[in-house]
Order: sequence, then C-alpha cells, then structure tokens
Amino acid sequence: MTMAVIQALASHWRAHRLQLMTLLVGLALATGLWSAVQAINAEARASYGRAADQLALGQFDELHHPNGPIPLSRYVELRRAGWQVAAVLEGPIRIQGQTVRVLGVDMVAYPALPAITQMEQSGTPPDPADMLTAPGLLLTTPALGPLLNGQTGLPPVLISDALPPDLILTDIGVAEVLLNQSGKVSHLIILPDQPGAVPPLTDIAPELDRILAREQLDTAQLTHSFHLNLSAFGLLSFAVGLFIVHGTVGLAFAQRRGMIRTLRALGVSMRRLVWLIMAELSVLAIIGGTLGLVLGFFLAGALLPDVAATLRGLYGAPISGQISLQPQWALSGLAMALGGTFLASGHALYRLSRMPVLSGAGLQAWRSAASGSWIVAIAGVAAIVGGILALLLFGGLVAGFVMVAGMLVGSALVLPYALSLVLILFQRSAKGPIAQWVWSDMRAQLPGLSLALMALLLALAANIGVGTMVSSFRLTFTGWLDQRLTSELYVTTATDQQGRDVAEWLSFQVDAVLPIRSVELAHSSGPLFLYGIIDDQTYREKWPLISASDGVWDRVIDGTAVLVNEQLARRENLWPGQSLVITPTLTLTIAGVYSDYGNPTGQAIVSMPRLDEVAPNAEARRFGIRVAPGRATELAQALREEFDLPPRAVVQQAVMKAQSMAVFEKTFVVTSALNILTLGVAGFAILTSLLTLWTQRLPQIAPVWALGLTRTELARLELLRSVLLAALTAVLALPLGLALAWALLSVINVEAFGWKLPMYLFPLDWAYLLGLTLLAAAIAAALPAARLLRMPPADLLKVFANER
Amino acid sequence: MNVRTWLIVLLLLIPGLSRAQGYAGLGGSAEGFTVPQPDYTFQFPQDHGPHPEYRIEWWYLTANLKGEDGRDYGIQWTLFRSALKPHEAEGWQSPQIWMGHAALTTPDKHYFAERLSRGGIGQAGVTAEPFEAWIDEWHMRGDDPSAVNLSANGADFGYDLQLTAKGPLVFHGQNGYSVKSADGQASYYYSQPFYEVQGLLRLPDGDVPVTGQGWLDREWSSQPLAADQSGWDWFSLSFDDGDKMMAFRLRGERSDFTAATWITADGTTTAIPDGEVAFEPLTTSLVAGRDIPVRWRVTLPTRDLDVEVSALTPDAWMATRFEYWEGPVQISGSHSGRGYLEMTGY
Amino acid sequence: MLVIFDKVQKSYPGGRPVLRDVSLSLDRGQTLALTGESGSGKSTLLNLAAALDTVDSGEITLDGTALSKLDDPGRASLRRKSLSLVFQQFNLIPSLTVDQNLSFHARLAGCHDPDWCAHLADRMGLSDLLARYPENLSGGQQQRVAIGRAMAARPKLLLADEPTGNLDETASATVLDLMLSLVADTGAALLLVTHSHEIASRLDRRVHLAGGQLA
Repeated sequence: MTMAVIQALASHWRAHRLQLMTLLVGLALATGLWSAVQAINAEARASYGRAADQLALGQFDELHHPNGPIPLSRYVELRRAGWQVAAVLEGPIRIQGQTVRVLGVDMVAYPALPAITQMEQSGTPPDPADMLTAPGLLLTTPALGPLLNGQTGLPPVLISDALPPDLILTDIGVAEVLLNQSGKVSHLIILPDQPGAVPPLTDIAPELDRILAREQLDTAQLTHSFHLNLSAFGLLSFAVGLFIVHGTVGLAFAQRRGMIRTLRALGVSMRRLVWLIMAELSVLAIIGGTLGLVLGFFLAGALLPDVAATLRGLYGAPISGQISLQPQWALSGLAMALGGTFLASGHALYRLSRMPVLSGAGLQAWRSAASGSWIVAIAGVAAIVGGILALLLFGGLVAGFVMVAGMLVGSALVLPYALSLVLILFQRSAKGPIAQWVWSDMRAQLPGLSLALMALLLALAANIGVGTMVSSFRLTFTGWLDQRLTSELYVTTATDQQGRDVAEWLSFQVDAVLPIRSVELAHSSGPLFLYGIIDDQTYREKWPLISASDGVWDRVIDGTAVLVNEQLARRENLWPGQSLVITPTLTLTIAGVYSDYGNPTGQAIVSMPRLDEVAPNAEARRFGIRVAPGRATELAQALREEFDLPPRAVVQQAVMKAQSMAVFEKTFVVTSALNILTLGVAGFAILTSLLTLWTQRLPQIAPVWALGLTRTELARLELLRSVLLAALTAVLALPLGLALAWALLSVINVEAFGWKLPMYLFPLDWAYLLGLTLLAAAIAAALPAARLLRMPPADLLKVFANER
Repeated sequence: MNVRTWLIVLLLLIPGLSRAQGYAGLGGSAEGFTVPQPDYTFQFPQDHGPHPEYRIEWWYLTANLKGEDGRDYGIQWTLFRSALKPHEAEGWQSPQIWMGHAALTTPDKHYFAERLSRGGIGQAGVTAEPFEAWIDEWHMRGDDPSAVNLSANGADFGYDLQLTAKGPLVFHGQNGYSVKSADGQASYYYSQPFYEVQGLLRLPDGDVPVTGQGWLDREWSSQPLAADQSGWDWFSLSFDDGDKMMAFRLRGERSDFTAATWITADGTTTAIPDGEVAFEPLTTSLVAGRDIPVRWRVTLPTRDLDVEVSALTPDAWMATRFEYWEGPVQISGSHSGRGYLEMTGY
Repeated sequence: MLVIFDKVQKSYPGGRPVLRDVSLSLDRGQTLALTGESGSGKSTLLNLAAALDTVDSGEITLDGTALSKLDDPGRASLRRKSLSLVFQQFNLIPSLTVDQNLSFHARLAGCHDPDWCAHLADRMGLSDLLARYPENLSGGQQQRVAIGRAMAARPKLLLADEPTGNLDETASATVLDLMLSLVADTGAALLLVTHSHEIASRLDRRVHLAGGQLA
C-alpha cells in the first residue's frame, strides 16, 4: 500500500514540475547562501587554527619587553640562570610592494614547527649548516615562493605548505639580517620543562612582562565579530530562502488536498500519510540541500578571496584564498536544509493533519486569518522591545545583534498588521468601486503574501541598513583619509641614519618634515602603539579629533598630555580629562580622542621627547613631507635618486589614499554581494507566493470579470496590486533600514571594531532600491498576470460551475 | 625529528670517534676540518678549551658516588661541541653547536636532561683560562681542570659537586693520538681519571650529600669512523687497588676493533693494542625496547684481568634525541671496583 | 426582442457539441425558465447570453447588439451596463462588505443610485447586515445580497443560474419571491436556469434543453 501511496503523492510533482523546481531552488538558495557563509567562516577558522599550529601560537607563555625589543644579552642571561626560553625575532619586510612577515626563530632551541619537520623528513633535507649559517634558507608558502625567488639579495628559498600565508620562516640569525635588527629579540617563549630550581623572573629580568599563553590575543578572537557579522547575514539569507520553501510547500499541499482526501477515503491513515509526506519532504530537503551545498561551495570560492583580503587588511589575519570542502559546514548545511524545510512546512503539515476526511474547499476564511494579525503584531512589538532591552541590560556585540534581530523579526511580524491598517485607510478614501475592490482585495491577499512580504521587508531593510552603513563609512573614511594623509609624500628609509640624512637634506627644500615614529607597548589593554609627533600646523589643522579639550595641541606638544584613538577610548572608556598609564613611570592626561579606522589596536600620540623617554631606540625611518603639491612628483624622484631609495620607499599621498580605499572597498564586497542575493531571493519568494495564491485568486477575480471587467484590466490590476504591496513594504522598510543602519553604525561597529560612525542619508540609493523592488514585484506578478491574460473564458467560467 | 634531533645525529654521526660511532653512510672526508695527526704536542691550558677547526669535541665527565645514606650513585655531565663549519663567529651566525647531557643514576632510577645551544652568543661554550665549560646554567668551572665545581639541573634532579684531581692527566693511544679503526681513523684523547668528588645530589626526595671518584674524558676529531662500524661499548674501570683501565670495543661487520689504556695509581699508562682485551656479554636486559647487555665479562690476560662488570641499574637509558646507554657499574672477579659503561648502537 | 439566439452552436474545447442550433428569443420584461438535465447545456446557454463566452457559430443579439461583433472590452462593457448575473455559488466579493457588494455592480456600471440601493437593502431584509462581510452571512442572506447587487444596476436582463440551488427550501422560497417581485417591479427580463419544475412553473415561459437542443 505504501508504494501505491508514494506513487500517488509523487505524481503531483510530475504534474507540477515548475513547482518542484521552485521548491528545490528555494531550498538550494537558502542552503547555498548559508553554507557559503559557513564555508567561508570554517575556512577562515581553519586558517587561524592552522596558522596557530604551524607557528605554535598561543601554546607557550611569552616574555615581552614593555616598549621595544629585548637585547640578545638578556636572552643569554635568562638561559644562564636556567630559564628555558627560546628567542623569536619577527617583523615585516616589503618585497615588490607586498608586505611579508618574517618570523625568525632560534632553530636550535625553538620547538619543532610543522614546516621544519616536513622539510627535514622530505627526500632531500637541506644541510643544517645551510639552514643555520649565512646566507641561510627561507621557508615560505608556495604562493610567495615565486615572488621571493625573483628577488635578488635574498637567501635561497624552500617551499612548504605547512606555513600560513604571507610568511617567511627562517632562522633568527637570517631574520636579524633581513630585518636589520642585529642583536635584537622580539620576544621570548617560555619552553615547557623548566629545571627544578630557577630564580624568579622578577629577580633576573624585572623589566620583562610574562604574557600567559591563554592571554595572548589570537586571530580567532580578533576576527570573532567579523565572522559573527557574516553569520548573521547568512542566517538572514537562509530565512529569506525559507520563505520560498514555505510558499511552495503551502501550494503543493493545497493542491494535493483533493488527493489526500481521496487517499484517506480509500483507507490510508492520516498518520501514515503524514509520515510519508515527511519522508517526501526529507528527500526533497536533502536534494535541495545538496544542490545548495554545491552552490554554496562555488559562491564561497568566489567570495573568499575578498574576505581573505579584508581579514588580512583589517586584522592581519592569516587566511588563504582557497576554499576546501569541510564536513562541518557541509553537514551543518544539510541539517539546516532539513530543519528549514520542516520549519517552513510545519504549518502546512499541521493543517493537513487536522483536515477532516470530508471537507469542501469552502469560502476562504480570509478575514479570520487577517484578524489574527494583530496578535502577531503584538508578538512583533514584543520582539522589538525585547531586543532593545537585551542591549540595554547586557550590552556587547551579541546583545547588539540580538537587538538588530529583534528589530528585524519584530518589524516583520508587525508588517501584516501595519499593511492592513494602511490598506484600510486607502480603502476608506477610495472613490471608485474598482479602487475600493483593489484595496479590499489586497487586504484579502495579505495573509497569503505576508510571509513573502516579510522576506521582502527584511531584504530591503538589510539593503538600506547595510547600504547606509557602508556609504556612511565610505564618506567618513574618505574624509578621514583626507585629514590623516595630509603629507604630500611618505618616505621610508633603510636605516635610522639614512632617515636623519634624508630629513636634513629635505629640511631646506620643503615646508615640513614630520617624523612618523612609533613603538609597540605591551599595555594592560592589549598592544598599544605609541606615536611621537613634532609641533606642526598640519596636526593642529587637520588631525581628525572627535573629542578634544582646551588647548589640546599645546598640551600634547609640551609633554603634559596624550591623544588616544577612538578604539582605545571606547574599549577602556578613557576620555579627555582622564589619565592614561603609558608605562609604569609615565601617566599623562588625555587631551583628545581621534578617529582611527581600519585598525584593531589601541594607539596613542605624545610629543616626540616623550616618545624618546619611553623608547629611545624607536625607529626613525619614516617621514611625512609637506611640500607644495605641484612639487611632490619631482621631489619624490629627486629623493629616490639622491638616496638610492627603491620606488616603494617614496609614496605620494594619492597612491596611499588609493591603496587605503581599495582595502576599504574589498571589506564590503561580501556584504554587498550577500545583500543583492538576499534581495533576489526575496523577489523569488514573492513570485512563489503569488503562484501559490493563484489557485485562490480565481474565485476572487472571476465574479469581478463576470460583472464587467476585461481580463486585460484584471491582469493590469494584478500587476498593480503586487507593485503596490511591494511599494508599501518598501516604504515601511525605509525607517526599519535606517534604524538598522543606526544600530550597525552606533552599536555593532562600536562593539565589533571600536569606532562609531556618523550616519549619512542617501535618498538616491533608496530611490534606486525602490525602483529595483517595484521591478522585482512587477516581474514576480507578471507570470500570474500573463496567465490571466491568456486564460480562456471557459477556465474562468469553471468558477461558476455548479458542480465543483 | 626536528632540527635538534637532526643536529644531534649530525653531532654524533659525522666525527669518526669512538663515542660517535654506529651510523654508517656519512661521507668520508673532513670538508675543510683539521684532521688529527700522530705527532701532536698538547698545549695547556689551551687544549682544555675548544678546537673549532675540528668537527667534534667533548668534555665528558662521569663519577661513581656513595651517599651518606649508604647508597651507590652515578652522575654524568657532558658538553658536546659540533661544528657545522670549521670556524667560530660572533652572534647567531656561529656555526658551532653545543649540546649538554646530564644524568643522575640511583640503584633504582635514572634521571637525565639535555640542553642545546649555538656558540657565538655566549649561551654555551668553553674557555681554557680560567677553565669553564658551560651550557645554560650547567657548568664545570675552576681555575684549571684540576679543581672544578660541577653543576647541572633537570626538571626533577640536579647536582652540585666539587672535583679535585689527585693525579696527573693521562694520554691514550700514542701520546694522546687514539686510533679508532683498522683503517686509521683517530682522535686526540686524554683524560683526568683521578678526581675525588664531594657535594650534593638533588633528588625528588631531598638532597643527598655524596663523595666518590670522577673521570673526565677530553676528545676531539674530525674523521668519520669506518663504514661498517655499528656501535660501541666503552668502559672506564677503577679498581680498588688504585689501577684503572679505559677500554672500548667498536663493533664492526667485518671485525671488532678494541683498544684500552692501563693506568696505574701513579698515572703511568700502557696502551693496549687491538685484540688484547676481550669483551663478552653475559646477561641482557630489556631496556627501552632493546636487548642491552648489562652484565659483561672483561678479560685482559697480560694483566691477569678477568672480571665481571654489571650495571648498578639496568635502566640507565639516555632517552635523549640520540639515545644510548650510560651508567655506573660494579666490578667483581680478579679485580673489584667501580666504573662507568657506555653502549651505543643497540 | 431583448435577447435573440439565432442558430447558436457551441462545443467544448474537445469538440463535443454542447449547444446545437439553438434559436430562442426573450422579450423585454419577460421571464423565461430554462430547464434540463445536468450537462444539457443550459449553463452554457446562460453564459453565452451573459457575454461571458462566445458562440462557435450563429448569433446572439442583446438589445439590438450582435454579441459576435463585440471585442473583449465591448463584451465587458455590455456585462457591466446591460445585464446582471446571479449564480448558484452567490459569488460575492469576499473582501467587500454587504453594503459595498450591493452597490458594486451599479457603481461599475456608473449608475449608482444610493436611494435605490437603500431601498433594495431594505426590501431584501439586509439593512441590519450592511457592515458585515459575506463570510458571516447565511446562504440565503448571501444570495439576497447577490440579487440586490444584480438589481442595483437596474439591468434590462437578469441572468440567474440555479439561484436557489445551494439553499434550503425556506430560504429558496424567500429568495425566489424577492427576485421575481423585483424583476416585475423594474421591468427587467429574466432568464433563469433551473432543474426545478416548480420554480419553472412560476415564470412566464419555459423551455427545456436536452442534448444541446431545445425540446
């Protein structure tokens, strides 16, 4: 019997291939977008994990000097006191415009890294003498190999796939030459298995700070918010995709009511039917989910390079641009497809199981359905209030997302009620009978369309919100770049001595030479970069202060005050008037806070003499040069020639800005792509909902046709209705989108990145989006309308047939 | 296997010295390193210090000790030098690699530790005058090797000992030129076997004051061993009558190579040529998954020597990156006494 | 003559004939009952008269207008202005109130007369139900609304397809009485499809359709 029932149920899909396709596409889209995001996240996390393993990060306690490198003699002293420590010297070098991290470890004492093990176990292990003595060997990734090989003056290169991207691993003796840091150690790692009796660190190296392995800021933590962001978008896309599934399953069930009735009359129990239908849904979910995984895989592959670029640019996170199929996101994708299918079909399935054996189609009880909308609306309001309360009570990034989610879900729930109120208003003010009918009929359609409209609302709000955020950010960022990058030329010399020579050479020919010097301090709040500045009008006029006290620049220059960046100010809640403990012996009053985008760490600015106190050996190799813009190119050329500087060492302002903007744009490529996809999915949801409603539309339309409207008029009205509903939804989405933008700019960004951005409005973008929405709604309604237009009267007459 | 393992293998492999034997297949040339010559004249104190132009060198000290608790103990303190290139340089660029091994053996347990460093930065090295050999906090230090302070630490053991030489340096082979194979590979090899020792052992259960005798071996060379030699058994034996004997056997596929030095109580040495000393394993014990001979019969008919040499504890396994057996032994038979045994290649 | 069927032929899409050579006429103010078995073609005849469908051959003339000459908008306009329909399934517009349903056709036709509508509501006993929606009415009430909607436009011709087919006896009688009295009062002609001889007997004329032909 079961086989017969399955055949009967399956026959539906044979007869409704388009419907089957729609269902599978909906499932595939939902699963695909979700899986893509999950795949990207999984890949990124795997990259971080791999990098941590490959470099043994976060496995050992570390010793850091609070303001600069550790002299090699300190390492030897610790060793001779019995402390089992290993020296690490790391830093960036630029090779053909690309920044590459050099990690120099003492190959004799450092724990075995996978890349080294791999190299030694290879068929042709290099001679240790070559590894440890000049010129040494460089180990790097396959991607970086060609770049290094093409470079003269570098040691021979070995390739390993057990290294994170953009990294050169080498012996510390080679690294100190490459980095020009002879006799310096960046930090020490404390090896396991210390001898029984060693003197306390406070006695032999009191100036070093011990940073416990678990306290080390790892990439996963740093990028957590970014991935949370992506996940939230993935979930939104998934939810929107489910609307399609809901629509199609609803339609299929409605169309199969007759068959189900017949099957039950023939003695098939409802229990068996429900099980079989659930099995059927599972099969469909797995097929659609699998398609979605394939889609997600390619989508992730397409998006990952940009995500990787963003993460590297923003956090310096080591991530490669290659996606690989990993079971965790594939399985989670399938589980989401199954769960989502049942979530979307639950209502239809429930209604089906409650259907009496004998029941007529009956008059659609739309009004009772519509009247339930105010209960849903109350739930919606509760969701919004709950979200806001969560933020007020708990705070933090997760609470921020809870608020945004509450706001979005709540508004979606309120939407049907709000729309019906608007429609009642329009209906009341309508004059002609057709107008009156159109408005009232739209209300009647609402329950069937409300889910699709909710999807549209969410997609639109997300578009407006994220679009406003990105555009606001771009505008702010551009303005900020103009303030920050004020020097016409930026010069980086090879050595401090050359730096002094360049500064002297320039001093007679330019308006100002502004040294850019900094030192990384191990601050209680995390790494803190301390910059020193000299007194110059450039700072006084241009520096982007978002909060300042009186005489801010005078106080910074005379050494009594400090400026901090916004990240530090917000994270530590430090504002003008309060004090910042820079080192145990130096505490200064905060005179101002400046905005500092695209940088995860804390920063502070003091006068140059103050910097020299803290870090007398801070490099003096970088300079900003103020000169008449017209002379910049000529001067850059002269500098390169005079000091034999490589092209990259002298950069013009415009180039710096272009590079910064490029990084910025890449940051939001994924967000924009997901946005557009979500909108597309919402459009598709409207189409499926309209197709679902189609069977219920004829009884509404036929009487009006009989009363004297042509099919052309009716088809036109169908289009108009869909466009009107979309337009109304779009109008309601606007305030929601702006609220979302506000939340993103003022709550999420502050929590995730540590900066707050001013919000700008972009009405032209809204108009464009509205146009796009109306177009999508018109396209979605075009198919049913065209059907109506071509429908023979006989089909309409069937509505009136006495035997139905 | 990491760089360190790799270095140790290198260290123990390349040079053609008795203790570094057992690993065939490494090239036969000394690649710019100086090779030992038969007519060498030792210069002290310089020769107590390092010889970077030779590939390998060590300061190898063992001691048989008696605790105030009445128990027997043994300690080992070794500093190996291995040169990647035949010179020294400042800083990380130094091609001189140093490795320390320390061990403490009780009748029922064997403790050991290992250290690695490179030269040039001051973390490890040897100076001749005043004499100091060190790696990290481990050291052998004194004005000259005749009176030194010796110290080493591991995670669960340590020792701090005063060593005083009660006799002269002794030179093995032909005035310190010690031949290691029938093919003529050789090293420079002298010893100070007359140390009196006193000091403290640090054990998990507490400190133990000890006294006893110590034996320092100094050896350096650049030559690999014969290709067929797979390992060695090396004995330093101190008899109760004051005589001492250093003897070793290099196990070869074709034939074994043996050599020994008989040292009388006043330091007079007699080199004993290949084939005169006989070594016969009597009992093996399963140590670290291998069958290790822990009881031997050693005979030297010309000296009426016929003794049984047995390990204080069979478990004196050095599970360092390059593994070997090294521990104190008891002597019985025609002569009685104490000594140290080293076995590699099992 | 208000309606003239002249040798009308109509087939189902499959080609099976429904009406064969049917000729029939109906004068102004006249009431005509069309009876026949299920599938005899009586509803098809009614739909053709209502300009909801088109003939295969022959001609239908309504108030001097040949329907075959009309295009789709023309037929729609005719439905709006010249005739009204009452169906077995009532076919009210569910999203509009009773009041709005009542006046809907008249307003479509552009001849809305609020007084007449009020009168109709009163006469149909719907005055208290004006604010309600069709789903809250009984079948009899719904059909009264449908009749009121049809008569509000003061049609020349009322077409009714089994108007009491879904109603019980009492409601059926009330509805029929109301319809006939309104038709009489307004002078509209009535073409009523029924299978009930009793109902047919209350009309001026009666024709029987069998196998697509008039008997």
